[in-house]
Amino acid sequence: MKTVDLRGEVCPFTFVKTKVALEDAEPGEVLEIIFDHEPAVRDVPRSVQAEGHDVLSVEKIGEDEWRVVIRKRAEE
Amino acid sequence: MDEEQIKRYARQIIMPEIGVKGQRKLLESSVLVVGAGGLGSPAIQYLAGAGVGRIGIADGDNVDISNLQRQTIHAGNLGKNKAESAKEFVEKLNPDVEVEVYPFHLDPENVREIVKGYDVVLDCTDNFVSRFLLNDACVIEGVPLVHAAVLRFEGEIMTIVPSESACYRCVFSHAPPPGSVPTCQEAGVVGATVGTLGTLQAIEAIKLLLGIGEVLTSRMLHIDLLTMDFTELKLKKNPDCPICSGRVKEIIPERYAESCQL
Repeated sequence: MKTVDLRGEVCPFTFVKTKVALEDAEPGEVLEIIFDHEPAVRDVPRSVQAEGHDVLSVEKIGEDEWRVVIRKRAEE
Repeated sequence: MDEEQIKRYARQIIMPEIGVKGQRKLLESSVLVVGAGGLGSPAIQYLAGAGVGRIGIADGDNVDISNLQRQTIHAGNLGKNKAESAKEFVEKLNPDVEVEVYPFHLDPENVREIVKGYDVVLDCTDNFVSRFLLNDACVIEGVPLVHAAVLRFEGEIMTIVPSESACYRCVFSHAPPPGSVPTCQEAGVVGATVGTLGTLQAIEAIKLLLGIGEVLTSRMLHIDLLTMDFTELKLKKNPDCPICSGRVKEIIPERYAESCQL
């Protein structure tokens, strides 16, 4: 699984860079995104779902660190 | 797309209608802006900001102090050719954009060669001869054209997709007699009015380049900003239009004097 480390990024770049990573991925590919910006943990899953991708999990992995797993939608 | 571009275009990449793919498309696209005056200034500004990769700018005039009330991209460039001045603005705003300067007026001899090198053309001119010339050249070359014109508080805008929609000549067969219609010099114009119309031309170009939304094909939007009335006129393709019908396939220079009748 490809990891996209977005620690240090804040909104809207957390979503923009997640989007860039998803567009570069293959249809159906699963990506792991790491954030340390709390609002992104709420906003990014909602935004990627609105674009048709699946959010497989959202978990807190550290004091100020979250891991979001997203599966790219199957077709464009 | 590099780190700087991701930041620069973040607000567009976020949008589902654009995204990374659309942004890349814009960076690979080209628009020719004919006239870097009141309509051209805002159009150039927003096309450059959006990251349209190649912008052609044609204008033979120099910046005069009476222009600055509406042509704000020429700030500080009094006396300079407008196309050159606009290029300076674009280079400061967005180094991703390559600018081609045509520091002269388009004429029947050069117009086809110039328009055919672009994906979309914006008619930001201020006279009937140029409007007919651009319309005819774009229809012959198959290049989409966004026409706009402004006077006082009013403006009109229409988009022409050759072979699909009504062209400028389907609507107006020839130019009015000289002196019958006031020019901006005689009638005046508010900067924010040309700004509105030029901005609408930029958004039409962006939609055409991305293939999104609905453009003003076979429709003319007439805007009166004094009363805030926005009126849409439905346009029909004229089966007898000499250009659209394919009857006239060349630009005939001597026709582009006064009436532009074909």
